[in-house]
Amino acid sequence: MTPPTPASPSPCTFWLGLGAQISSGFSRLSPPCCVFFAGSDIDTRKINNSFLRDHNYATEADIISTVEFNSTGELLATGDKGGRVVVFQREQESKNQPHRRGEYNVYSTFQSHEPEFDYLKSLEIEEKINKIRWLPQQNAAYFLLSTNDKTVKLWKISERDKRPEGYNLKDEDGRIRDPTTITALRVPVLRPMDLMVEATPRRVFSNAHTYHINSISVNSDYETYMSTDDLRINLWHLEITNRSFNIVDIKPANMEELTEVITAAEFHPNQCNTFVYSSSKGSIRLCDMRAAALCDNHSKFFEEPEDPSNRSFFSEIISSISDVKFSHSGRYLMTRDYLTVKVWDLNMESKPLETYQVHDYLRSKLCSLYENDCIFDKFECVWNGTDSVLMTGSYNNFFRMFDRNTKRDVTLEASRENSKPRAILKPRKVCVGGKRRKDEISVDSLDFSKKILHTAWHPSENIIAVAATNNLYIFQDKVN
Amino acid sequence: MDVSAEAKRIMVQALSKMYGSRSQRGGLRLHRSLLLTLVMKSARDIYHSARAASESQDSQEEKPAASDSPSDPPRGEDESMDTSSPEVPEEPPKSASAAEPTHAEEDQENRSPVRVDRHSRKRRGKTATEPDFLPCKRAKMDSGEVLRILQDATLRSNSGQCARGTDTLPGAHMLRAVATC
Repeated sequence: MTPPTPASPSPCTFWLGLGAQISSGFSRLSPPCCVFFAGSDIDTRKINNSFLRDHNYATEADIISTVEFNSTGELLATGDKGGRVVVFQREQESKNQPHRRGEYNVYSTFQSHEPEFDYLKSLEIEEKINKIRWLPQQNAAYFLLSTNDKTVKLWKISERDKRPEGYNLKDEDGRIRDPTTITALRVPVLRPMDLMVEATPRRVFSNAHTYHINSISVNSDYETYMSTDDLRINLWHLEITNRSFNIVDIKPANMEELTEVITAAEFHPNQCNTFVYSSSKGSIRLCDMRAAALCDNHSKFFEEPEDPSNRSFFSEIISSISDVKFSHSGRYLMTRDYLTVKVWDLNMESKPLETYQVHDYLRSKLCSLYENDCIFDKFECVWNGTDSVLMTGSYNNFFRMFDRNTKRDVTLEASRENSKPRAILKPRKVCVGGKRRKDEISVDSLDFSKKILHTAWHPSENIIAVAATNNLYIFQDKVN
Repeated sequence: MDVSAEAKRIMVQALSKMYGSRSQRGGLRLHRSLLLTLVMKSARDIYHSARAASESQDSQEEKPAASDSPSDPPRGEDESMDTSSPEVPEEPPKSASAAEPTHAEEDQENRSPVRVDRHSRKRRGKTATEPDFLPCKRAKMDSGEVLRILQDATLRSNSGQCARGTDTLPGAHMLRAVATC
């Protein structure tokens, strides 16, 4: 098995591709090693390393709503609007087929959440999976938390490749044997069988949230996790489902005085007492659970003063933070608002360390984006394994990467038409001025219905998963 | 006057979005409703200041902005003005655009915030007199905001000094009725 590609010199080499020079080595981002097109039935035929669908229509239930690698990167989970979870597993690399290095195949599919009805409020509870978080692996089985608007569930995914055979009282089909035919006793033995992957719900954490859950985050103590809705954050123990502790509550006594909601929250990667939550006002609060049982008073408050020259009708909407992620080191925070990605140093609350423009050309289009509701889209953002590269999505199936060291950035597109197996992804460019060059696309031609809200980066390698509506693209860095 | 026309359009769209979100699956989204409320507030403030600037006023005193806390984000459950939405978009543009008089209306301008204030303080919240043409359910969505937008337009257009045709009066009456819920 070839050693995993060292992530450390650099994913900065992704961006050597900008312009004409694509140097050899580590520099090419090749799509897709696999492309998955979701449908109601997973078709496992592989053609040219892709799962191709015959039909092009997208049912709404197939829209992917979350993507997450597990802590080793061996598994990749996606959740969709229909409440299903699909787990992909990376193939073991084999010497026989070196070109099929570590491709992802469907491992398990299960229905995590069903639509429910709240009779008291006469409201339907959507089955859409809002977030999936993996637990670190402690035995042969895999565990993940998945959540919809109201309920978090702990799922166990385990393999079964042996089954007992040779029962005395029943035969192999399960039929009861006629006792008169039993003349000898035997001990059942375990015999190999075709691999079966089963998913079972082990815990259901419900009835703790009045508002819609937007985040879950597993603590580094591996015993607790938190679930966050618009106004409250609850702390759970993974073993206990009938009780949770409320650790943040920003609901005002009079709802008419509500000015901000919680948009995301995450535990610190190594300090089990620390977590952050972001707000719709563009601020981030860091809290220490040792300070008090109720962490309404923050330990640190991160906010950048608004630039008055950028003030518009929509300033509040575009400053609302849609995602917050700690760096793997725990030293930095990344936040995503509508137009930018910001990196914050935990030691500096007054302003971000770095700000990256994702699609600033949309700043003059905010009014139309407000009309078509795109301004409310919640984009996520991810770090690479070494915290040197940031990635986030945009419209027209574009996604962007920013190298913090070289300050270079690239725009790439995830689409069927542009992706052939083993081909290299070409950097894209959006033209803002008058003159459009040949390969550029003008702002007005962007397709705002094709948005990439969810992406994931392998924890140690340069493999990324990009969800484009109902399709999942997996790209990896090409080395040779 | 582009700014104020745009502000009005944004307010109207916010209302219709809020109205539409009541029927969406999964219930009302608090975050989205809050953002829409903030946009409306922002648009309303800009609308006021654009109007004030255009009429060469000194600063209007204490805008209503100070006294209203960001008005209640819709709680989602109940309903609001079922029939108002289609009507609301028409009325404000009509009355407001017609009510861009060239002559200064200093007194009206200065009066209206106060009046709006008083009116809104009285009416804000859940208690309501039922407008006659609406289904009798309490308004939950942002009634404070609607009040101020509509009444502003109504009051300006209906002030005695304003040379306005009487044909707008019925419309204004309907507006006021709508606003009281």
